[in-house]
Amino acid sequence: MLEIINDYWVYFLIGQYPNGPLGGLVLTLLLASCGLVLALPLGVMLGLARVSPWRWLRWPVTGFVFVVRGLPLLMVIFWAYFFLPSVTGVKTDQFTTMLIALVVFDAAYLAEIVRAGIQGLPRGQMETARALGLGYGRAMRLVVLPQALRSMLPSLVNQFVSTIKETSLGYIIGLAEVSFIATQINTQVFTKPAQIYLILGLTYFILCFGLSRFAYWLERRLARRGMPVANPASAPKVSA
Amino acid sequence: MPLFDYSLLLTGKYHDMLVAGLLLSLQLLAASLLLALPMALLVALLRLSPLTPLRWLGFAYVESIRNVPLLAHMLFWYFGAPELLPEGIKQWLYAGHIEAYSAVIALSLYTAAFMAEDIRSGIRAIPTVQFEAGRALGFSFLGTMRRVVLPQALRVTVPPLISQTLSLWKNTSIATVIGVAELMYQAGQVESATFRSFESFAFASAAYLTVSLAITGLATWYHHRFPVRTI
Repeated sequence: MLEIINDYWVYFLIGQYPNGPLGGLVLTLLLASCGLVLALPLGVMLGLARVSPWRWLRWPVTGFVFVVRGLPLLMVIFWAYFFLPSVTGVKTDQFTTMLIALVVFDAAYLAEIVRAGIQGLPRGQMETARALGLGYGRAMRLVVLPQALRSMLPSLVNQFVSTIKETSLGYIIGLAEVSFIATQINTQVFTKPAQIYLILGLTYFILCFGLSRFAYWLERRLARRGMPVANPASAPKVSA
Repeated sequence: MPLFDYSLLLTGKYHDMLVAGLLLSLQLLAASLLLALPMALLVALLRLSPLTPLRWLGFAYVESIRNVPLLAHMLFWYFGAPELLPEGIKQWLYAGHIEAYSAVIALSLYTAAFMAEDIRSGIRAIPTVQFEAGRALGFSFLGTMRRVVLPQALRVTVPPLISQTLSLWKNTSIATVIGVAELMYQAGQVESATFRSFESFAFASAAYLTVSLAITGLATWYHHRFPVRTI
């Protein structure tokens, strides 16, 4: 096992870079970070639309969130992979395809976290802000959203963990992230598949376990300060 | 060529492939669910056990499974694990549908880790006095669990378990990576054979959505039929 690590650790971490495209664990992290950062504003917008008082905004977005959450991520990736080129007319590379699929998919899940965060706040916050003369938009932006976003922090870190795990599906469209690289190493070494996939599992574990412990710590800290913690599981939901 | 060729989906070879894929996906769902539920209950009880080593064992199981993507589990159980077995068993496995067994093992181990946490928080939602009263009346640990705590915990636990079933349903699609001929795999096959990507993916999406919808409907029904009683 040590021998494999010794021979392949650079390839495992960065793929063929700098003699080829970037890959490996660094690509996994890059993809997950870009995915979450781009999905966040979209998720906040969708979440706001989900609690919006205007039906013509609330209904289509609810439908969209419902459909995306009812589909496997792999299905979303397939749609992106085959239809982005035919819609845009240019050949999309694997990274962009995967990134777009992740952003769409994560935004739908983040929308539910945002909605839970907003609905988890006492109603008095919105009512007081409105009573003080703020419009709906300003009340939301200046009073409700800042509090809701802070209570969402642990859920966001957990969503990052999910996103890291989701990037592994880039494997299926040949994106050189860490699972794909592990399979490449496996075909080169050929005789030690169990060890190689154990190393892969261990790598994900260290990364994700560390982050989820961090989320747990954040949750404790917010709870000690008396902040409400948004829990999408406890709020009423459109789809599970 | 028509813009959207319904006939492809309604009759013929490709229709049969897609339907066979859907049926296999449903079988994966059923087999994994049946295996995952007792495992999850066992792990949840380990997590709540009065003995520290058992608690740690449960914790180690849940965290080591949950923090690794399902794809890595699948790859390990398909490519890695069989190589560790003795030659005789290996030959027998490779002669059969090893990819389906690997998928079911990976799916049920993965789902059990998530369900164990739901069962555990369901049990913890029941006030400890219920447990203490059971013990005081002379029931053993397992007896109290079975007769006092679990029946009450069930109402709290079933809704999140249904939502885990929905995740399991979506996760069955990942079995396509190790070549299980389920719905996603068949959709890909039909797509590459006919170049009718829109039709085959529309079929797969509609099928995934329909089953997801049915599972969500079940959750809503349960919630109305068996509301959580506040003690």
